[in-house]
Amino acid sequence: MSTVGVTTVDLEDVGLDRGGHLLLKRALASLDPGARVEVRGQSPDLAVHLRAWCRAAGHAYAPSAADDTAGGGGGRGWGLARGGEAASRTAGSVTRGTAVDALFFGAQRAAGSGPGEVADHAPATWGLAARGAVVEAGGPAFRFPLDTRAAVWAYTAAGIYRQAVAAQWDPATAVDWDAPVDLPVEVEAAVVQIMTYLIENENAALVVPARFLAQVHPHFREVMGVLAVQVADEARHVDVFTRRAQLRGGPLGMSTAGGQASLKTLVDEPDFAVAHFLLSVLGEGTFLSLLSFLERHAPDAVTRQVTHLALADEARHVAFGMAHLEHVLAADAGFRTRLASAIHRRHDALAHTAGLNQEVFDALVVLAAGSWLPRAVSVGFARVQALEAEMADGRRRRLVRLGFPAEEAADLAGLHTRNFM
Amino acid sequence: MGAVAYDPKVVTIWEGFRDWFARKELAFDYVLYSNYERQVEALVAGEIDVAWNSPLAWDRTRRLAAGTGGDVRALAMRDSDCDLTSVVVVRADSGIDDVAGLAGRAVGVGAVDSPQATLIPLAHLRACGLVPGTDFEVRFHDVGVGKHGDHVGGERDAARALAAGDLDAACMIDGNHLLFITEGTLAASETRVISQTPAFDHCNFTALASGPADRLERFRALLLGMSYSDPDVRPLLDLEGLREWRDGRTSGYGPLERAVDELGFYDGDGNVTAAGYSP
Repeated sequence: MSTVGVTTVDLEDVGLDRGGHLLLKRALASLDPGARVEVRGQSPDLAVHLRAWCRAAGHAYAPSAADDTAGGGGGRGWGLARGGEAASRTAGSVTRGTAVDALFFGAQRAAGSGPGEVADHAPATWGLAARGAVVEAGGPAFRFPLDTRAAVWAYTAAGIYRQAVAAQWDPATAVDWDAPVDLPVEVEAAVVQIMTYLIENENAALVVPARFLAQVHPHFREVMGVLAVQVADEARHVDVFTRRAQLRGGPLGMSTAGGQASLKTLVDEPDFAVAHFLLSVLGEGTFLSLLSFLERHAPDAVTRQVTHLALADEARHVAFGMAHLEHVLAADAGFRTRLASAIHRRHDALAHTAGLNQEVFDALVVLAAGSWLPRAVSVGFARVQALEAEMADGRRRRLVRLGFPAEEAADLAGLHTRNFM
Repeated sequence: MGAVAYDPKVVTIWEGFRDWFARKELAFDYVLYSNYERQVEALVAGEIDVAWNSPLAWDRTRRLAAGTGGDVRALAMRDSDCDLTSVVVVRADSGIDDVAGLAGRAVGVGAVDSPQATLIPLAHLRACGLVPGTDFEVRFHDVGVGKHGDHVGGERDAARALAAGDLDAACMIDGNHLLFITEGTLAASETRVISQTPAFDHCNFTALASGPADRLERFRALLLGMSYSDPDVRPLLDLEGLREWRDGRTSGYGPLERAVDELGFYDGDGNVTAAGYSP
């Protein structure tokens, strides 16, 4: 290709119907509008297609002077001469138009591509574009209400997402479903009741991030990724808890109005940060103690394994919730007041409800007791009481870490729903 | 302005332009017609000020206006309306090397009223020495009759029939030959172009010389001022298939005018005389 005077591009035997346009576009790309490229080649229909291609692309086409078929009398032209052309000939010339450049007029790069180059605000017109892509102007505006870094970000989101992906497990192989489960009827019933309770809580923990997932601007892809994996985690928990509940073929346990009322306050919470505070920091934080308790006192291997696997996932969910709240509070310490009032509000809303399903409480005692000897039942009862104290202490510690004064943290920890989640 | 509804996108295009004209303070509205014959008659009757016309509709408007002693203007056209050609395509292994080889063969064309896939190619073959319907069989592919070949379906059907071996040749716009190969309707290297028509022009905005001069001039000036770099109009220009509007020119309609006369599509006064044409 010559760069002096008129540029020439030789497509050899590759027509515009077989990728030759790439060679032509490459030749035109380096030229200014108005510059001319002479196109040579051996493809029989090259001149016909070159004329059409130029018209569609906004470039000017001029036929080869020697073979101006279409401009003249309609005889046989360049493209119509036959006989196994072995050497390239001129098919015409192309004068570069301006339309190609116009495409990028007003285009905007959607911030950078690295994690450190996240925009503070992602415009609606960036839409689904990859972070760092050049976004053509005039595209549709998408409705992603959570479109600011302040609203969704956590500095550790990328790391949490990577950990989450690496820690995925397959229920089919991670749980020894064939392990013997031969429990006394009452103990099996207690396990089934606890699984029934866990399933509805996991459903809430699935629905809450799922609702926000579609609201987060895809520009904040690490957060989108964390939420997506969280949803998948909870779906898997629902799956394994259901399978454990049905393992012996018995019916599932009770779902109470009070339990569902408590979970509904989570599902109904419209604010991203408040929802993560109530669900992840306080609810799933509390569940860390519960799942650990269940793993410790599980009467069979399958129950032990499924609670152990869920525990590791929930710890990640708590970590993201904490990291997000730390991010929010670092920018706006006043948000702490809103979080405190959210706890109060939820407490008031649930004051008239029954709180924890009595059947669940009793089932926890049965598991912790390990036998029906009165002394064992008493020990089980004490263990569940200790669990509740441990849960409250965990909430208090997390609240202190989020900057609440010790006394307020203890008060707020005590106001948490009696339903645990 | 009148436009023919050959595709649902026509509504998107003209709704978009209508909004854009409104922002430029031009009171503009459009009327959709099911076929060009009715649109042309409405223009000549003064029911609309301007028609977004196919080249055949332009030709008929010209004939109708001439019959009443009036004159017509082409206000503007797309850059992509200039210097089209149509081609006659055969299968590469057909043994047909030139137009003479089509004698006694079956040639596929588009809809009966398609300037680019029927009228101009048939007149071209006639100029090359073969009389359509006498020296070779003409097979129409009537999709969207009345829409003057705006619907690409007729050309595509002819191309498919050629590929299937049901035709010996098919006529289509140069760009559609490239399109049909790119989209896979025709296989690369399995067809050959044996003849190419003279260059001709396509659509234009047609107005009567007696139309409202100021408003038509404002309309024309706004069209020519649209820029492909304007993200508000770029999607509309893409849909309409242009990069820029140009001044209307009438120098590129000669091949079609001759074809209409030779094939008897309209008479000199613009009456429809084509046999079997009922849009």
